[in-house]
Amino acid sequence: MELRVSAKKQLGKFHFSADFEIKGRKIGIFGPSGSGKTTLVSFIAGFRSPDNGSISLDGETLFDSSIGINIAPEHRRIGMVFQRSQLFPHLSVKNNLLYGYKRCHAIYRKIKPDEVIEVMQIGHLLKRGVSNLSGGEKQRVAIGRAILSNPRLLLMDEPLSAIDESLKLQIISYLKNTCDVFDIPYLFISHTLLEMRIMAEQVLSIAGGYVKGMVTAEELARGEMRNSGGYTNLLNLTGPHRVSDVYEYRWGSQDIFVANNGGPPATLFELPARNVILFKRHPGMVSTRNFLKGVVTSIFDMGTTVGVELQLGSEKLVAEVTKKAANQMDIKIGLEIFAAVKALAFKPLFRSREP
Amino acid sequence: MPEFSHSDYLAILLSLKISLVATFISLPLGFTVAYLMTFKRFKGKVALDVLVNLPLTLPPVVIGYLLLLMLGQNGWLGKWVLQPLGIKLIFTWKAAVIATAVVGFPLMVRSIRTNMEMIDRRLIQVSRTLGASRFDGIFTIIIPLSLRGIIAGSILMFARGLGEFGATIIVAGNIPGVTQTIPLAIYEYVSSPKGDSLAMALCSVSIAISVIVLVFYEWFGRKMIKRK
Repeated sequence: MELRVSAKKQLGKFHFSADFEIKGRKIGIFGPSGSGKTTLVSFIAGFRSPDNGSISLDGETLFDSSIGINIAPEHRRIGMVFQRSQLFPHLSVKNNLLYGYKRCHAIYRKIKPDEVIEVMQIGHLLKRGVSNLSGGEKQRVAIGRAILSNPRLLLMDEPLSAIDESLKLQIISYLKNTCDVFDIPYLFISHTLLEMRIMAEQVLSIAGGYVKGMVTAEELARGEMRNSGGYTNLLNLTGPHRVSDVYEYRWGSQDIFVANNGGPPATLFELPARNVILFKRHPGMVSTRNFLKGVVTSIFDMGTTVGVELQLGSEKLVAEVTKKAANQMDIKIGLEIFAAVKALAFKPLFRSREP
Repeated sequence: MPEFSHSDYLAILLSLKISLVATFISLPLGFTVAYLMTFKRFKGKVALDVLVNLPLTLPPVVIGYLLLLMLGQNGWLGKWVLQPLGIKLIFTWKAAVIATAVVGFPLMVRSIRTNMEMIDRRLIQVSRTLGASRFDGIFTIIIPLSLRGIIAGSILMFARGLGEFGATIIVAGNIPGVTQTIPLAIYEYVSSPKGDSLAMALCSVSIAISVIVLVFYEWFGRKMIKRK
């Protein structure tokens, strides 16, 4: 997916200005509330027009004020998932799902209803009216409906912001797995760092109506760590199997032990960098279940502390230590070091699709 | 119970016919005006709003007189459009339909508009991202979601039409069997020395029809709420 936007718009006292080009399939748009994210999305979807500028998707001009082109939203083939599910209240779940599919030209109908119904696990809901669904079910149907319109780009405008905290992880797991299964390029809009890190590879950062620039999700996490209470590692572990009271996972070439929290085993975990303890030598018998050997690849400032990035085989892990500790341990790039992580330190997020 | 004459029966039937036809011909226009007022921004929106609602506050006789001036032989519409086409409206049941339509129109538009304003705009945006054109969205989203207002507005307009008197007597006259409706027949009986019992009998018919219509209106309203 290749998107080019050059757009200006004056909305009362708010001035929006964007000029960027992005290539990729998993793009995030990150910024605080009122920064212009939704304005940008409405330009791309075609709900609003810039005062001047141009927008093109995969080489096709969607809008160009200089030559008077403005493709109608229904001809752009850009699907949308909104903050609220916005299901059609007079239609059943099935008819909601098929609304876009029926209007999609036969040559674009690559994704079939049965596949989406299976991935979203909504087969048992098809005959029901939408008013009887729970918040999570509604959003799953809305995502399925957007995907079934077989869009060439999916816009997700804060799709989790109106959902109960307890359901957010469930829905984001469906979002991520569905987009992975059907390989749909998307723009994921959010002001939440964790969501951005889960969903996006590249992130367009917006503030005050201006596009600040393009960063990777990792760079964004490091840039935002002061606002988000420190850096948090996001670990995608595979192949869980139970060993006594813990689960054993593979993480690259390493084995990782994670405490059993009672529920079905997750595969995506949060690990706060401050819960990673560094040792220059192996200390022998300790209660910590995970002892990982790695090499320091970078050291970065985190305000009162420093972040130490370790290369552990093919994976990377960040530990947060005080500056004094880093000096005393004489931590330098290239240093071989051990990282200790308790099995209890991992916070399970959800079970993502196995690659 | 006094016995109704043939023209009394015709008056009852004509009342129903005029109200029904007025309601049906007003429906597409009423829906269009409600749609424009709800979803579109345009110059002169306030003027259109005032114009549509004017019959609510104007005496029906004034409306009738204005229609007479417009549609009559010397009126601009009568002289330049109707006469060349050989159409005569004044003092026919069709004139009564027009008078009834004009008087009841604001009730229909208000009812539809109230329902339309409750439709979340995002639903229309969603329909467009799913490939529905504006026209498609009107038929698959807006009409179904404002159906309650459309039906309620039609019932209200029909009920209002049954009682229409002032505008009708000016543009259609009071010709038994031709333009005489229930209210006009009652007026005639009340004006004649021995017409009290027949006037009362027609009043009873009028009350019965109105009660049936209003009971249907209430029943329908409850049914729609349950469905929701």
